[in-house]
Amino acid sequence: MTLVYVDNVHKAFGDLEVLKGINLSVAQGEVVAIIGRSGSGKSTLLRCLNQLEKHDSGKITIADKQLDAASMSPKELSENVGMVFQSFNLFPHKTVGENVCLAPLVVRGEGKTEVEKIAREVLEKVGLSDKYDSYPAQLSGGQQQRVAIARALAMRPKVLLCDEVTSALDPELVGEVLRVLEALAAEGMTLILVTHEMGFARDVADRVVFMHQGRIHEEGAPSELFSNPQTPELKQFISAVL
Amino acid sequence: MGPTLDFLTLLPYASELLQGLTTTVMLTVVTTLTGLTLAVAVAYLRVNGQPWVRWGLSGYVEVTRNTPFIVQLFFIFFGLPGLGIKIDAITAAFIAMTLNLAAYSAEILRAGISATAKGQLEAGRALGMTTLQSYRHVVLVPAFARVYPALISQSIIVMLGSAVVSQISVFDLTYAANFIQSRNFRSFEVYLLITLVYLLLAFGMRRSFMLVGKRVFAYQQGEQR
Amino acid sequence: MIEFTFWDILRNLLLATRWTIVLSLIAFVGGATVGLVLTFMRLSSSRWLQRLTALYVDLFQGTPLLMQLFLIFFGAAALGHPISAWWAASIALTLFTSAFLCDIWRGCLEAVAKGQWHAARVLGMNYFQSMRHVILPQALRLSIPPTVGFSVQVIKGTALASIIGFVELTKAGTMLNNATFEPFTIFALVALLYFALCYPLSCYARYLEKKLYDAGLR
Ligand SMILES: Nc1ncnc2c1ncn2[C@@H]1O[C@H](COP(=O)(O)OP(=O)(O)OP(=O)(O)O)[C@@H](O)[C@H]1O
Ligand SMILES: [Mg+2]
Repeated sequence: MTLVYVDNVHKAFGDLEVLKGINLSVAQGEVVAIIGRSGSGKSTLLRCLNQLEKHDSGKITIADKQLDAASMSPKELSENVGMVFQSFNLFPHKTVGENVCLAPLVVRGEGKTEVEKIAREVLEKVGLSDKYDSYPAQLSGGQQQRVAIARALAMRPKVLLCDEVTSALDPELVGEVLRVLEALAAEGMTLILVTHEMGFARDVADRVVFMHQGRIHEEGAPSELFSNPQTPELKQFISAVL
Repeated sequence: MGPTLDFLTLLPYASELLQGLTTTVMLTVVTTLTGLTLAVAVAYLRVNGQPWVRWGLSGYVEVTRNTPFIVQLFFIFFGLPGLGIKIDAITAAFIAMTLNLAAYSAEILRAGISATAKGQLEAGRALGMTTLQSYRHVVLVPAFARVYPALISQSIIVMLGSAVVSQISVFDLTYAANFIQSRNFRSFEVYLLITLVYLLLAFGMRRSFMLVGKRVFAYQQGEQR
Repeated sequence: MIEFTFWDILRNLLLATRWTIVLSLIAFVGGATVGLVLTFMRLSSSRWLQRLTALYVDLFQGTPLLMQLFLIFFGAAALGHPISAWWAASIALTLFTSAFLCDIWRGCLEAVAKGQWHAARVLGMNYFQSMRHVILPQALRLSIPPTVGFSVQVIKGTALASIIGFVELTKAGTMLNNATFEPFTIFALVALLYFALCYPLSCYARYLEKKLYDAGLR
């Protein structure tokens, strides 16, 4: 079943055309890794998927509902699409528990006891149930990013977007975050991740999408794509990063 | 007298206005130069001076920053002669403005220096420079560049604050305004006009400072946000 | 002529200090109230309101406080409604304070990282929810040290009310000077009293700033 459907999406910043007609469909439970050179439009595509950027033309649907201001409120959007950022963006004035509970409380208007139960569940899932009352500044980068993942999960989104979630981390902390994502994938969570971790893309993704100059240049199963790239651009990219 | 504005009655006083403007501009230009120069010395000595020098300078900076400019001015103009030090009004204004700008700017510069100094000082030392040489050649300019916007604002604040030197009979813009309104009884028009002149002066000061900054700190054009 | 002892002088100055304190409080409370309204006008989505508040701030920051006092004092008279030095000083200092606080507070709100807005948006919060739960609490913490610091400028600003004849600390000093001809003692005492009011606030502001810095928020 198709969960995310992107049809001929265009996006420009002034004169700079960043997305030049993107077509992509992601099935329920699928894990899609987006790779590509810096500036190829990966983040922009992700940000269009949750409307942090409004696309200029084309159509995006999530669970058969069209994605635009008229047909989907911020609340509804957040129940469909979660996002984790490269820079964590945890709320520094709130504890880990409060970070996770805030949106379910004020956006969904759920009861406090229920929300706290969910918060403990998702924190358990990312292995941080003992940090419930800590402040973000007291945690390592890897732990902060895992809290950010838990915070996104607490809204129970249908798809989770991850934009280079390990790029701001020290190398020895990357693994713990990737393991959490891997576990989510194994549970059947739909994931769309922009990543520079080629090993992770190869091992965990069902499909790899290579973006080049605002277009999807090549896509396919990771084993095929990495061992047998069809286009010179992808060949060059792979030889540069591996 | 109805609430009508009549700026024509100001025309006969053009020469007073000009005299006031000249005084304010001259005072500002001179005290900006002396004040910032003194600030550099104070900032340097507050970090590198003998303990008693640092102590004394801290006292000067704190007292200046925590008392009104008008009181400093009165103390210098009325108070010092009590100790046998006689000064005329314009000199008192010059001293008060210089000391005031220097105290604030020294504090601003100190922040700039502490943000710049460590790496630059070490680099300087590695090249065999003394502390003073390092300051002169590799610390001061980057530190100045870093806090330049704050220094501009402070200099403008001192210029605007100089309006009170009229209270010791320095013939500045405000004095001219007081003088004119005591003759033509058009106080509102006069003060409105003078306020506008101050506004233009503040604007002009910022522009010229920025032009100077562009030339002096040309080396960092690339990294300016 | 009446003879003034040192203690007479000090007592008179201390009595006048009350009015400096009262005027400062009026200006600060009034200025904070107006400044709060201005800050939200500045943040509103209406371009006109934004421009208007920016202009207001520029005007008050680009002209001498003394002229602001004169314009209100003499302007009211020119309009046919003369007001007392009390009123003129309170109004002028309130407006002056509001412009600076608006500028400080806007800076604090903008200092909260953009990523915080994004995170709140992505979690489904609307503008007001983001503001209330995410941005304002952080901006508030950032704003306290510079706000306390600015209160020192307000106290010093009240000294200018002496020029339109309002009898506070500075005016009391000049009056006593005219009666006693002991300018050195009197203005040293006046300065000392201002220092006693301002220095603790300056230190407190610095302490708060350092605390924020140590907490990694600055
Ligand atoms: N808000 C914006 N305004 C203007 N230009 C933008 C904006 N956001 C992105 N761009 C530009 O769009 C292009 C694509 O940016 P994008 O962030 O999508 O690239 P990316 O593939 O994620 O690169 P990276 O790997 O460096 O994160 C870049 O040239 C970038 O400078
Ligand atoms: Mg990116």
